Amino acid sequence: MAPDDEIGERLRQLAGGSAVAIRLNPREYADDYFAVLNATLRDVGSETNAHTIYVSVTNPASLVWSLAQALDVDPTRLSFVDAISHIMMNYRDPLPNATYVESPRMLEDIMLRIEYLLRKHPSPRQILVIDSVNSLAIHNPQDLLSEFFHILVNNLKSRQVLTVLLVVSEDTGSELNQMLGLVVDESIEVVRGRQ
Amino acid sequence: MATAARPEPADAGGIRERCVTGIEGLDNILGGGIPRGNLVLVAGSVGTGKTTLCLEFLVRGAEKGERTLFLSVTEASAKLIENLSTFEFFRQDLVSSGALVFVDVPQIYDRLGLNHEELTVEEIDLLLKSFLDLVKEVGAQRVIVDSLTSVCYRIRRDERIRDFMLKLSQGLAALGCTTLLVSEIGQSAGRYSLHGVEEAIVDGVILLGNARRQGDILRILQVVKMRGTSHSRAQYVMELTPIGLLMAPHLKGGRQET
Repeated sequence: MAPDDEIGERLRQLAGGSAVAIRLNPREYADDYFAVLNATLRDVGSETNAHTIYVSVTNPASLVWSLAQALDVDPTRLSFVDAISHIMMNYRDPLPNATYVESPRMLEDIMLRIEYLLRKHPSPRQILVIDSVNSLAIHNPQDLLSEFFHILVNNLKSRQVLTVLLVVSEDTGSELNQMLGLVVDESIEVVRGRQ
Repeated sequence: MATAARPEPADAGGIRERCVTGIEGLDNILGGGIPRGNLVLVAGSVGTGKTTLCLEFLVRGAEKGERTLFLSVTEASAKLIENLSTFEFFRQDLVSSGALVFVDVPQIYDRLGLNHEELTVEEIDLLLKSFLDLVKEVGAQRVIVDSLTSVCYRIRRDERIRDFMLKLSQGLAALGCTTLLVSEIGQSAGRYSLHGVEEAIVDGVILLGNARRQGDILRILQVVKMRGTSHSRAQYVMELTPIGLLMAPHLKGGRQET
C-alpha cells in the first residue's frame, strides 16, 4: 500500500476528536510531505461534509495551496491559518481562503484564528492540520509550546475535531516528543518501500 | 418613543440575574454574564478594542430583543454605524427598528446649553437628568457611554465626579440597566480611569491592554473586578474578528511585558 493510502486509511479509522502525530522522515521529506498532503487534504479532507483548516508555519499558505490545487482539492473545503508569510515578507497576495497571523510566536492568535475558522465553517467532519510542530518549536520556547498544544488539542478533542500534527522525526527533541506523547492519541510513521 | 417592557431582576438562591453579553469568551470568564444592573468600566489605552467590545455587547443584546443605547461623546454616530457594518454580527434593521439607538452627546450639550469648559454642579445635574431621561425614553436595558473620560474631563473636580458617578450608578441601577462606561487610560497609567475616582464607584472593571512577546503585540482582556459574581481574574488574549470578539487563554510560558 502506498504511504498516502495507508495514512488516509488510518486517519479514516480514527474517531472524531482524535489527535494524531504524523512523523515524516527528513531524508525523504518531499515525498513524505506530498503523501501526507494527499492523505489529509485530498482523501480524508474530501469526505462528505469535511472541512480542513491547515495551519502553515513551515511554508506559506500560497505554496501549500498550489500543491493542494495540483491534487484537485476543493477550495471551499480548505482554509488556512498562515503564521509564516508575514515574517517571511511574503504577504503581497493574500489568499481569499487564508487568515494571516503576524508571527508564529503569536500562539494565542493562532488559536483564535483556528476558532474563527471553526465557527466560519461549521461542518460535521472538521480536520485541523498543523504543519509543523518542529517549525513552531523554532520560534517558541518549549514550555510555551507545551501549554499551547495542551490547551489547543484538548479543546479540539472536546469539539470532535480531528487534529493532525506534522512532525519531522529526527529533528524532534526528547522534550518535544514527551509533550507530543501527552497530547496525541496515535502516532503514524510515514513508511516507504513496504509491500 | 415607546418604552420597552423591562424584565425584573431575579434573585434565585442568591445568584443575581445575568445580562448575557453574547461575547462567548467574556460570558465564560464572568460565569454567565454581567450581573444585571451593574455599572462597569471598560478601561484601556487606544486601539485595545474598548469601543468594539461595547458595540458587540449592544448588538448582541438588541438581537435578543433588548432595547439598547449608545451615548457617543467622542465619535459621530454615523461613523460608528459605518464601522459596525464591517462586522458580520451587525444588522442595520436593529438600528431602523429602534432596538439599537445611537445618540451624539455633543448634541445634548448644545441642546442644554452646556458650553463652559468646566461644568457647574447644576449643569452636571442637568446632564445626568438628561442621560437618565434618555435611558427611560428608549427603555434601554443596555447602555454604553463612550467615553466616560470625555464626560469627566468637563466635570474635572474629584468630588463632583464622585457625586456624578454615584448618582449615575443609582439612576441606571434603578432602571435595571447594565451599563458599560468606556475609560481611556494611558499604557502605564496604573489605574483604570483618568481621575482614579471612577473605578471606586463602579461595580466592575474590565481592563483591555497590550502584552508584548518578543516584539509582537497581543491584545489582552482581564476582568479586574465584578460585583455580584465570582469570575476569572486571569488574562485572556482577544481578537477582533468579523464574527465578533474571540478570546483564548494568555499563555504564560513566554516572557511578557505589559
